[in-house]
Amino acid sequence: MADSTLPIGSAIDLTPPGEVYGTWREQLHSWVVTVDHKKLGIMYIAYAVFFLAVGGAEAILLRIQLAVPHNNFLSPEVFNRIFTMHGTTMVFLMGMPLIIGFANYLVPLMIGARDMAFPRLNAFSFWMTALGGLLMYYSFIGGVGLQGAGSAPDITWWAYAPLSERAFSRGHSTDYWALSLIASGFGTIGAAVNIIATTICMRCKGMTLMRMPLLAWLYLVVSGMILVTISPLTAAQIMLTVDRYLGGHFFDSQAGGMPVMWAHFFWIFGHPEVYVLVLPAFAIANEVIPVFSRKAIFGYPAMVAASVGIGFISLSVWAHHMFTVGMTSAQNAFFVLSTELVGVPTGIKIFNWIATMWGGKIRFATAMLFCVAFVIQFLFAGLTGIMLSIAPWNWQLHNSYFVIAHFHYVLVGAIVFCFFGGFYYWFPKMTGKLLDERLGKWHFWLFLIGFHVCFDTMHIPGLLGMPRSIYTYEPGRGWDSWNMIVSIGGFIQGIAVIIFVYNMVYSLFKGQDAGPDPWDAWTLEWATSSPPPEYNFASEPVVASRRPLWDLKHPEDPDSRYEE
Amino acid sequence: MSAEWLHRKGPRQAAYALLLLLSQAGHAAWGAPTDTVVHQTPSIFNPHSGPAQMIDHLSLFVMQITGAIFVVVAGLFVYVVVRYRQRDPNDDSEPPQIYGSTQIELAWTVIPVLIVVVLFLTTARILFAIQDQKMPDSAVNVDVVGHQFWWEFHYPKYGFTTANELHVPLSTDQNPMTTSLNLLSADVDHSFWVPALFGKIDTMPNQVNHIWFTPDKAGMFVGQCAQFCGVEHAKMLLRVYVQTPEDYAAWVKNQQQPGVQDPAVAEGRQIFESQACASCHVIRGTSATGKFGPDLTHFASRDTLASGAADNTLANLKLWIQDPDYVKPGSLMPAMQLSNTQIDQVAAYLETLK
Repeated sequence: MADSTLPIGSAIDLTPPGEVYGTWREQLHSWVVTVDHKKLGIMYIAYAVFFLAVGGAEAILLRIQLAVPHNNFLSPEVFNRIFTMHGTTMVFLMGMPLIIGFANYLVPLMIGARDMAFPRLNAFSFWMTALGGLLMYYSFIGGVGLQGAGSAPDITWWAYAPLSERAFSRGHSTDYWALSLIASGFGTIGAAVNIIATTICMRCKGMTLMRMPLLAWLYLVVSGMILVTISPLTAAQIMLTVDRYLGGHFFDSQAGGMPVMWAHFFWIFGHPEVYVLVLPAFAIANEVIPVFSRKAIFGYPAMVAASVGIGFISLSVWAHHMFTVGMTSAQNAFFVLSTELVGVPTGIKIFNWIATMWGGKIRFATAMLFCVAFVIQFLFAGLTGIMLSIAPWNWQLHNSYFVIAHFHYVLVGAIVFCFFGGFYYWFPKMTGKLLDERLGKWHFWLFLIGFHVCFDTMHIPGLLGMPRSIYTYEPGRGWDSWNMIVSIGGFIQGIAVIIFVYNMVYSLFKGQDAGPDPWDAWTLEWATSSPPPEYNFASEPVVASRRPLWDLKHPEDPDSRYEE
Repeated sequence: MSAEWLHRKGPRQAAYALLLLLSQAGHAAWGAPTDTVVHQTPSIFNPHSGPAQMIDHLSLFVMQITGAIFVVVAGLFVYVVVRYRQRDPNDDSEPPQIYGSTQIELAWTVIPVLIVVVLFLTTARILFAIQDQKMPDSAVNVDVVGHQFWWEFHYPKYGFTTANELHVPLSTDQNPMTTSLNLLSADVDHSFWVPALFGKIDTMPNQVNHIWFTPDKAGMFVGQCAQFCGVEHAKMLLRVYVQTPEDYAAWVKNQQQPGVQDPAVAEGRQIFESQACASCHVIRGTSATGKFGPDLTHFASRDTLASGAADNTLANLKLWIQDPDYVKPGSLMPAMQLSNTQIDQVAAYLETLK
């Protein structure tokens, strides 16, 4: 553990965490007006966990309806709204806030800074994101349409035109979709600007870019991607709103507009967006796997290059979502190649993780269990992604349950698993309490089993011809039993998430004290108390390598001697 | 749901019962009550036409490569997780720290690039072969128009239009017959997919897409719309009937005739022509020339109504005319507000339109 006599040790504030909480009102007020990156990070994360529960409940409703063919649990109108909201919620109100929340909390700490570059922009970004979520869900009561009382958007989360145009989507449900995402888009862009400025300008002394933790690198790449990718989405939604209200005809098929242009705009956003969501999962794996294997990350420079490479290449693959819209064969071929190429740096990352664990002394704390499962699941998801990149085969697989299985394998099997790992790893830092390991193991195993029962099985109806976005399906097509199994897997995952939420609440009050460095880790956030004081470090840390705490704990064998 | 589920015991049975209980929470089934179940699994691995077979072979090749990658990498990973776990929980010593290896990293960069090259070249060959295939002059041309929530099939060479059930000729080695489809949309995006015969192709408004296939087995193949198009996307079903050349010629000849004029159902025909039916539907040989809904000239020759949502029986037809929302909630056909007698007469008339 860190020694207060060493240079970096004096960064730790050894005064006991002040029991200087005010009244309930003062505490609530401090959270509402805060510009502190840690509080904002926690608010983003709490927001995401709330919408994880909401989106998960929506998923359970969908799975009840689809458990048997010709079911009548949900009407088609309600089903279409619920699956639209499920996708939109999980991507924009769970995924984005979750990754931004972790970035907000960790990036300044890991680079030895006191806060983000623009604390007030940080707060503004959070509240814009929150506004987006509020608007989105207000649609349930406010989106008056012709289909009945209250209507949330029901046009799928990718809202293809011209279904989203006024002629085919009456009432305001689509407008709530467009406007709430424009609002939260501003929040996302603000966060990205902040992360870029912070990582470029505010690293502590001695921390060159090539000594920056991989998590900070990945968030730098993610932020660059956000700046490029959110703009087309916002532009498309503005164009859609112009079509709907100001007489525009961008996507209006009845006035010579080009509906396929919506698809291009949306997927130019949509594909980098999913890399925006998954790169932070890699970031967590890059921190957790080395610590619990007791080895430095294998091939740090290659990992940096691969991350930047993924960032760039992912901007060129978007039309692999559109292989069936009728592009020319040359255009289709281009996107086959670019999509397959993005698999190369991604594969390199997987190999680097395996090489990190090779020769290590792997400790299977809950955080590590989640990251171990992540590696295999992400490998599998990447390979089904390669299958989907094969354009002629894609003509069969597109818009089927195979695609849904693939992207849930990445979104849940890679991203959610890694973030659960991240929770178990950094919850002690954020709260000062360890999450209970026994409950953690229950959470992990139940979630793992539920995940595989649900999403391994889900590939099968897709291969048997079952399309997506359908509120019911025909009996006799061989899809029945598989759908029932998928639904059961969904329930099991739900139970696991309940255990997780319980674990967090229980550990917050009754958890074991964590101390500053419960995992014997090596990056700067573990060089301060848990939770850190508002100013993070009593004095600015000075580092000489990628693992400053390793150098301190092993002065006879510091990283600085071996890194080039 | 097969019977064996009901005989299993244990937690699965309980879960199934719970789900079944929840699923019966409504009062009416979507879909008319007198439907037969068509048992056909539209697996993409059961191809019955040229392009579908090319895709099937390509997919098997790709699966072999990705399968090999998975076995090798996952195998390595499982080995590492087992072999290098910390054996002694009290062992605090750190293992040797390895920071990288240029040779290994180069190898596992170059090999994936080579795999990408192989996959890309194979894929491109099949892609161009399917997409850029020249259509022979003898090809059967059909214009497919996607509507919310049904399919229109127009045969320009023969001069008739039908709906929801596509008839095409069988293609054999001795007598190859290509079916060439031009795909359009009347409203929103749809996607035309019959897994056994071809990979799907979207119908986009203001755009003409093209697809072809050479079905090698006579029979009926099921499919459905594969791009969310609104409330009843799930019920925008599709059937392709592959027929021997003789059967196909007979079918074409029949379809070219105007609607059957059976005097016994004259009242029904009269109602059809004078009520709003005529403003949406065509029955050739009558004054009904509406273009919004499906062409009903040979309605009774079809096996299903409402684009596959229900079997084409007299009882279902009456239900459909009386209250389309009961059969296919959200469909764009309005309830016609006819009296029961009128419905009986119109339905009897429509069922003579073979």
